[in-house]
Amino acid sequence: MIHSLFLVNSSGDIFLEKHWKSVVSRSVCDYFFEAQERASEPENVPPVIPTPHHYLISVLRHRIYFVAVIQSEVPPLFVIEFLHRVVDTFQDYFGVCTEAAIKDNVVVVYELLEEMLDNGFPLATESNILKELIKPPTILRTVVNTITGSTNVGEQLPTGQLSVVPWRRTGVKYTNNEAYFDVVEEIDAIIDKSGSTITAEIQGVIDACVKLSGMPDLTLSFMNPRLLDDVSFHPCVRFKRWEAERILSFIPPDGNFRLLSYHVSSQNLVAIPVYVKHNITFREGSSQGRFELTLGPKQTMGKAVESVLVSSQLPRGVLNVNLNPSQGTYTFDPVTKLLSWDVGKINPQKLPSLKGSMSLQAGASKPDENPTINIQFKIQQMAISGLKVNRLDMYGEKYKPFKGIKYMTKAGKVPEGRRDEAALP
Amino acid sequence: MVTLLLQKVKYTASKNICVKISLSCRHDDLKEMLDSNKDSLKLEAMKRIVAMIARGKNASDLFPAVVKNVACKNIEVKKLVYVYLVRYAEEQQDLALLSISTFQRGLKDPNQLIRASALRVLSSIRVTIIVPIMMLAIKEAASDMSPYVRKTAAHAIPKLYSLDPDQKDQLIEVIEKLLADKTTLVAGSVVMAFEEVCPERIDLIHKNYRKLCNLLIDVEEWGQVVIINMLTRYARTQFLNPNESLLEEGGEKTFYGSDEEEGKEDKVEAAALVVKRKPYVMDPDHRLLLRNTKPLLQSRNAAVVMAVAQLYFHLAPKAEVGVIAKALVRLMRSHSEVQYVVLQNVATMTIKRRGMFEPYLKSFYIRSTDPTQIKVLKLEVLTNLANETNISTILREFQTYIKSMDKDFVAATIQAIGRCATNIGEVRDTCLNGLVQLLSNRDELVVAESVVVIKKLLQMQPEKHSDIIKHMAKLTDNIQVPMARASILWLIGEYCEHVPKIAPDVLRKMAKSFTNEEDIVKLQILNLAAKLYLTNSKQTKLLTQYVLNLAKYDQNYDIRDRARFIRQLIVPTDKSGALSKYAKKLFLALKPAPVLESPFKDRDHFQLGSLSHLLNAKAGGYQELPDWPESAPDPSVRNVEVKYPTEQSSTEEQKKSTKSKEPKDRSDSESEDEEESSTESSESESEEESESDTDAKKKKKKTVKKWRIYVSFCVALLLKCSFPSPQAASPTCGPLKTYELLHRITGEGLAVTYCFSRRPFTGDPHMVSVQIQFTNNTEVEARSLRVLEPKLQSGMRIAEFPEIDVLPPGEISTVVMGIDFCDSTQAANFQLCTHTKKFFVTIQPPVGELMMPIFMTENEFKKEQGQLMGMNEITEKLTLGEGCRGDHVIIQRVISTANLSRVPCGSAMECRFAGKTVTSGSLVLVTVVTKEERAAQVTVNCEKMLIGTMLVKDILQALSQ
Repeated sequence: MIHSLFLVNSSGDIFLEKHWKSVVSRSVCDYFFEAQERASEPENVPPVIPTPHHYLISVLRHRIYFVAVIQSEVPPLFVIEFLHRVVDTFQDYFGVCTEAAIKDNVVVVYELLEEMLDNGFPLATESNILKELIKPPTILRTVVNTITGSTNVGEQLPTGQLSVVPWRRTGVKYTNNEAYFDVVEEIDAIIDKSGSTITAEIQGVIDACVKLSGMPDLTLSFMNPRLLDDVSFHPCVRFKRWEAERILSFIPPDGNFRLLSYHVSSQNLVAIPVYVKHNITFREGSSQGRFELTLGPKQTMGKAVESVLVSSQLPRGVLNVNLNPSQGTYTFDPVTKLLSWDVGKINPQKLPSLKGSMSLQAGASKPDENPTINIQFKIQQMAISGLKVNRLDMYGEKYKPFKGIKYMTKAGKVPEGRRDEAALP
Repeated sequence: MVTLLLQKVKYTASKNICVKISLSCRHDDLKEMLDSNKDSLKLEAMKRIVAMIARGKNASDLFPAVVKNVACKNIEVKKLVYVYLVRYAEEQQDLALLSISTFQRGLKDPNQLIRASALRVLSSIRVTIIVPIMMLAIKEAASDMSPYVRKTAAHAIPKLYSLDPDQKDQLIEVIEKLLADKTTLVAGSVVMAFEEVCPERIDLIHKNYRKLCNLLIDVEEWGQVVIINMLTRYARTQFLNPNESLLEEGGEKTFYGSDEEEGKEDKVEAAALVVKRKPYVMDPDHRLLLRNTKPLLQSRNAAVVMAVAQLYFHLAPKAEVGVIAKALVRLMRSHSEVQYVVLQNVATMTIKRRGMFEPYLKSFYIRSTDPTQIKVLKLEVLTNLANETNISTILREFQTYIKSMDKDFVAATIQAIGRCATNIGEVRDTCLNGLVQLLSNRDELVVAESVVVIKKLLQMQPEKHSDIIKHMAKLTDNIQVPMARASILWLIGEYCEHVPKIAPDVLRKMAKSFTNEEDIVKLQILNLAAKLYLTNSKQTKLLTQYVLNLAKYDQNYDIRDRARFIRQLIVPTDKSGALSKYAKKLFLALKPAPVLESPFKDRDHFQLGSLSHLLNAKAGGYQELPDWPESAPDPSVRNVEVKYPTEQSSTEEQKKSTKSKEPKDRSDSESEDEEESSTESSESESEEESESDTDAKKKKKKTVKKWRIYVSFCVALLLKCSFPSPQAASPTCGPLKTYELLHRITGEGLAVTYCFSRRPFTGDPHMVSVQIQFTNNTEVEARSLRVLEPKLQSGMRIAEFPEIDVLPPGEISTVVMGIDFCDSTQAANFQLCTHTKKFFVTIQPPVGELMMPIFMTENEFKKEQGQLMGMNEITEKLTLGEGCRGDHVIIQRVISTANLSRVPCGSAMECRFAGKTVTSGSLVLVTVVTKEERAAQVTVNCEKMLIGTMLVKDILQALSQ
């Protein structure tokens, strides 16, 4: 299946290679570099590149390309999903997944990759098992290791691999038993110039941090499970129970994990919590343009809209902008023409605004494309869909755990776009 | 470029030299460290060596020093030595052999994890000499107590196979053995080995099929992907096409418009297959696979979801494929690489099954932050989804896309508009107007792309749009993109009679710039010249000559060749042959308008989700998805007689206690199913009893039931429109039973027989169609055969067959008539007339012919059955006849007795059938439960008690024969 893996940084250097079968020369990556040159943007490199003898499947994360070399037919998603899992594992182990972090921990990385694949077929990808095999490096452990000469590699054998709940390591013990759940919802919407919503959807996840001793068996129920239109589960969730009773019943992995991701159907959609008033005009023949932007909160149930960030890709004809924000700071990159405005918190009494003028290239005609405006924000203590956890129960263990739940709403990765209704092309 | 590369080579070379120099000194200290007694020094050395390997530097000269440490006590050192060993063993084969004995010892260790890891490393050492040792180790490990060791053995199989393909036969034996393993741990790995070593040995799967289906949900996610893909292929060889019934559907339109072409092809096919088909009954194993994979659509792993989606796309009945759409749309919110792959597959699916994704149209709207490759794919999907109802929304979206700053994407949008315009006639003019407006866009690429698309659109109705052609002629002054220039020239040439004044002028300009044009433009100039010469030689003769002369000395031989060819054709000389007379016909023939097709058309012959599908080219090791078999291979090969021994490893027991959902084998799951159904039915029975106490309640229930039946009838009607075809949903089973209507002797030489063809009577769905066959045994011809004076019970109706004018002696003629029996077995009496005689005849239908099959799922069946309890349920016990063994005989007998369709059922002991009466549409549900010693029980649930009673009798008779 997966033959080799090359890690390529943004300047096009291969800084790590790993082979699971016979060695493949790193010159195979030249095909990848060619494709990279052809692509205008880093994310436009095709994920699958055929070469005369191999196929290259790559993912781009944290500005590192993870290039897998394949020799024969294998579902591309299989490889892509695996590569993402590798990145997640690195992130889990080193906190960040950067070139520096990987280079610093190259031995751990190598040991991890060795355990994750056997002959190119995934062997152990659950973080709980991997952590039993190879301990994540911490500062304390590094110090201890250098003094005592002990190792990162687990002394005991990884019994988790043999267990029926392969995602949970055995013999877990905590003095404080606690379970936290974060319900995080993202709103993803496209809004047209007049302010009406073209599409909007809510995408949510429940991330859990469970630190419970022994083998707890948890059930989590919702007040309004009907809201959930489409769900996908961590393998620990018992599907039949969900089908029958709409209750999440599971033996959790130890530590952090994503319990559930869900999608809320559009008929349950509430209004988008912020609105934008904008006025961007270019006058024909003049080298000046006007720029006005005002933000305001809308139906947030009294919760504050925080960490608001507005960004907009201005037309190529714009040379510079001279704007005046009522709060926060703005930056404009004259090369990429990207305007971003860090607003901060929206105060409903005094709405933030950004006003000023744009200078256009002299003699250039009026730009015919209208800029899109992207907005990012966060609202604490509210799940915009109204999803509420009813209760969490634990079976199988005697102690009383501490339970906590947190709600948050934020704009999706691709937030509100505001764009033009134009006359027919 | 070349210089750049050279520089690179030089750079790396010099770097290598530096590194080598420094390495040779550094290696000494590494060797020293490895030779020391301290583990910490060894570890430090190994870490540095591994870091070198990771960076791709050569560390092979350290091999002897490293191999010595293979038996080191420190686990981390040991592991790093393994890493080193596996990497360099191939280069240093002799030295690598030194380490083998350590692993051989490890294989005997009492700890299963040490055994497993020893096998893992041993099998990873790519040295041919140790093949026999590996083989032995694998064989031993395959029968190890520990499932984890067996899993490692499964992993080792492909390693050995790639090292020495001659071991295939022996390895297949091991695979066969491991396939029979009952633990989830092994299942995924062994199927992976199967796929790599012997994917063609589908026969190995038979006995393990049901077990694999049942284990699937508990297998780890990567194994699930491999198993699902393999089972898809398996199912394609073993089961019948569930959509076959649709193929024969002629007149009625299929549900999704995009299937039109498929339909056409299939008609041809259907015509070829005149042979009567058996009624389609889904094999319970086929159903098992679909049922057990469905929950995996909820997996967090995109590869698993995609695998299930492709399984449903390739195997499920059309009505059930829809469930995958939501899951695939969910994947679109994942990483962009996942989106890319999913969108490719969705694009292929939307061509075949457009309706499936229509509700999710908005999920494919493009966001300004999407990478271009995603945008283009989304555009493709949107275009495929466009139809009359949503085209206005889609076009409005496209308008905003045209304003995008991403020019590649704008070009793709223009192409997409062109495709929408060709596919949907209503919006063609709107699109064309929009595109013409784009011609004044400032961006040349946009204009060029529009020109190319407009050219294609204009070809459909050139006469209406001469002003557009004129407008485009003007563009030749400004536009530089060769493809666009070529398109404009072609248009002017093709439709020169619409622009008689402008065309010669364009040619004049082009002749002037001929030498500076690109090749494709030159070819089109020649083309234009030739066409103008033929239509308007007075004005253009000299120009044409000039252009031809220029082309004669062109550098490109294609152009020289074309010039020579055109000259011979159009310029009449004494030598020119007969062809020049037809020059006009040759050049100005009416050309068919181009069809703008999706690049994803016909891609579905590759298994979806595969690498080959993505690349649209066969990748190495790709296993073709076989076509459905014509007739189902023997399903009994999958039967497993032997009960699994109760001995289970402790882990499994634990598993059962924690999850208690893992059916160990088929029989377990059956019993579960039965339990479920029995509890359900008993519940509903008790309900029935309590309710029947009060009359009022009963009445209420009846109305409810009526309503229900009405609903189910509507559903059936809906289904009929989209689903079962006249022939295949209700084709007959085996030969039709024929009855005599008129004996040869009483008919004085005219013999008439009839049978119930079991096809819906065209014209009236409430009639039973009766196929009547006339045979003329006399010496003279019989004339005007017809029906006369039907004597019918009240409510009954008859649709006479068209009169047969002449039936020559010795000839046979078949006609179809429809009779509405009002759901009773009363006979229809009528007279059959020839031009001379009248005969009184009677058609009495067996009760089984008064119904038509309907399609139902198991759950629907149970639900409906729950509604038809008490008085409406008739149960009889019986002893099965001698020849009546096995499901298939029972199914065949019941279906030949009554026109019912089989309902999929998880249990092998039960057969269920469903149908509805032809006139009133009352449900008829039949259940046959077989028990030991040929005992069996037949249950019929039907609102019409009389029909129920008679049907039970008929079935009893058929089964006890």
